[in-house]
Amino acid sequence: MNTVNKDVTLDCYGLLCPMPIIKVAQKIKGLKVGQVLEVIATDEGIRTDLPAWCKMTGHEFLGVQEVNGEFHALIKKTKE
Amino acid sequence: MPKEKMNIVVFSGDMDKVLAAFIIATTAASMGMEVNMFFTFWGLNVLRKKKFTSGKNVLQKMMNAMNRGGSARLPLSKFNMLGLGPALMKTMMKRSKMPSLPELIQTAKDLGVKFTACTTTFSFMGFAKDDFIDGVDAYAGAATFLGEVMDGRVSYFI
Repeated sequence: MNTVNKDVTLDCYGLLCPMPIIKVAQKIKGLKVGQVLEVIATDEGIRTDLPAWCKMTGHEFLGVQEVNGEFHALIKKTKE
Repeated sequence: MPKEKMNIVVFSGDMDKVLAAFIIATTAASMGMEVNMFFTFWGLNVLRKKKFTSGKNVLQKMMNAMNRGGSARLPLSKFNMLGLGPALMKTMMKRSKMPSLPELIQTAKDLGVKFTACTTTFSFMGFAKDDFIDGVDAYAGAATFLGEVMDGRVSYFI
């Protein structure tokens, strides 16, 4: 996961459900297909919420890592 | 592929329950689903403007003065304590950086969630369209809602 280049970072620090998902949905619209979005969140729900969101919207979930209580997740935009 | 569709009946006018409805609605809309919210009975209070009274006859006016509308001043289903509960809850939500109900309603609108107000409740409570916020997309009855339910995948009653 660390080898992937991130194009855009979205700060969801301190935000609770459903705000991170809503922000991701809004943010991804501004990206180009193939670009990678990094999401940084503190709500643990992001671990399963983001893969679920990707499954429904068709974008690619590249993984999530916990770093000092923060969750760093990567998503690749696969379609417009 | 056609869009997945979710339908939510908002029957309750309690802040906590309505919050749950809007959290589900905004998340579903963010996931690309088409979302319809059908507001009926106490749920209509969510779409009402903050206004002292409305209604066409004495009974309706009395009822609507007690049954206050406006998304920013809904009671809690538990620990309402004459309005102290909701005030404390709002403070706690703010500290946790949670959006308030009026903010979530705006987010739902921005995400394209459709609001339908029940015409039956509307009429027997004596409301006028002027009593409601601009975000109401349609005024309709149960058959319209059931029509949406039939080609939807998920339906909730809150």
